[in-house]
Amino acid sequence: MRMGFVAEEIRVGFRRNFTMTIAVIVTIAASLALFGAGLMVRAQVSTMKDYWYDKVQLSIFLCGDNSQVPSCSGGAVTPAQRTAIKADLLAQAPLVEAVFYESKKQAYQRFVKQFANSAIVQNVSASALPESFRVKLSDPSQYSVIQSQFAGRPGVEQVQDQRKLLDKFFKLLSGLQTVALGIALAMLLVTVLLVVNTMRVAAFSRRREIGIMRLVGASNWYVRLPFIAEAAVSAFFGATLAGGVLVAIKHFGIDQRLAPEYQFTTFIGWNALWQIIPVVYIVGIGIAVASSALSLRRYLRV
Amino acid sequence: MIKLEGVSKTYASGAHPALQDISLDIEKGEFVFLVGSSGSGKSTLLRMMLKEERPTTGTIYVAGKDLNKLQSWKLPALRRGIGTVFQDFRLLPNKTVEQNIAFALEVIGRPRAHVKKVVPEVIELVGLEGKEKRYPDELAGGEQQRVAVARAFVNRPPLLLADEPTGNLDPTTAVGIMKLLDRINRTGTTVVMATHDSNIVDQMRKRVIQLHHGEMVRDQARGVYGYLT
Repeated sequence: MRMGFVAEEIRVGFRRNFTMTIAVIVTIAASLALFGAGLMVRAQVSTMKDYWYDKVQLSIFLCGDNSQVPSCSGGAVTPAQRTAIKADLLAQAPLVEAVFYESKKQAYQRFVKQFANSAIVQNVSASALPESFRVKLSDPSQYSVIQSQFAGRPGVEQVQDQRKLLDKFFKLLSGLQTVALGIALAMLLVTVLLVVNTMRVAAFSRRREIGIMRLVGASNWYVRLPFIAEAAVSAFFGATLAGGVLVAIKHFGIDQRLAPEYQFTTFIGWNALWQIIPVVYIVGIGIAVASSALSLRRYLRV
Repeated sequence: MIKLEGVSKTYASGAHPALQDISLDIEKGEFVFLVGSSGSGKSTLLRMMLKEERPTTGTIYVAGKDLNKLQSWKLPALRRGIGTVFQDFRLLPNKTVEQNIAFALEVIGRPRAHVKKVVPEVIELVGLEGKEKRYPDELAGGEQQRVAVARAFVNRPPLLLADEPTGNLDPTTAVGIMKLLDRINRTGTTVVMATHDSNIVDQMRKRVIQLHHGEMVRDQARGVYGYLT
């Protein structure tokens, strides 16, 4: 195989088929960017799940001075009630792994830190925030056991499953992910059709060369390789553009916009991106090579 | 070199068969004219020798190989041993004379050093020295055909098939091409040439195989064009 010759053929092919090649690169870039974004959302969901599920799963908010629920009719929680609740929680081991007490003051500090950039801090005083027990369960799905035991008990305002709050958010994210991957799938299909068509045009514009190659006994691979390599190079450029888009999303979208604003949770790190981008390259080049090889089987029969 | 046994070709739409029960034997080193009017089956016969087409019935042997049994991946190897020249030259307009000739070697993976060595040799053989850097449309028809012959012969194939190589040329130029083909034949290459140029056939006095409506009506050593046109 003479690589210099093949490289020259690819260069000539690119020049001759310039507009189609640009179309292929842009389509591949767009579909791969969507595909990669879908993968990023998925990585984000799993990062957040790891982060949150690892933390507190259950909050037991205690009655404050102004609590309206019936179990708080006796006014704010008494120190005796608080001690009893904690003891009962600890008695639930091994289901209950750990219990943390968060006082009104600690709750306020955390609140201030979380909403440091927001004007809401000025309107909230320490006394307005409830004190609570934060409970870590060995098996978060056993939430209802604790719920039934502590909900409605005097001094307890509310038992809240943090996962339920998060699940809504995760559902939204995975919906987004499905949409992104769905569009990506449709775009990839378009890419396949476009590559097939481009190959047809390229084969037609080089029909003289192909005719002579066949006549003088060039092997199948010699005839097809320039086309397949051309598709692969287009896909490489497209994947590089898509990778650039993903890096931009991570840098400008996540690191500079989302992360400073939503400090209470974690976002995907660069290492997740370094795992996604190679997948984008492999999928892009794989699809381009497969569809070009497939179309050439029809148009370049020896 | 070439052997046909009872070769027939029928097209689904054809009123009469394109070729009917052709049997012939072409020895190594022979120069053979295939003559006959347009549509008599000359081109079909040449295309079959290249396995561009398959006979409906019958067997074709080229260089000792049964083409019916030749696997498709071995086809390039067969074609490397056959040079082909056509009436319409089939040169690449965007390549120079030497690039056109080199192309035939490059696409079969010959090393650069080999290409650099043999291309000037064959350019000299066909008499195109000094025109290496010209493009086909800057050449006269006869010169273009010389480029095509050079490309067909640069890999030194044992067999050269020519389909009306003088069809687009004036008589004087055609004689030049015939001299060239004769010189190539003298190097030991078998030449099979389809033509309906009676002057050329009469002058050369080589073996003549005549086709008429797909049937072989004459096979004559040292023949002339004849009257059946």
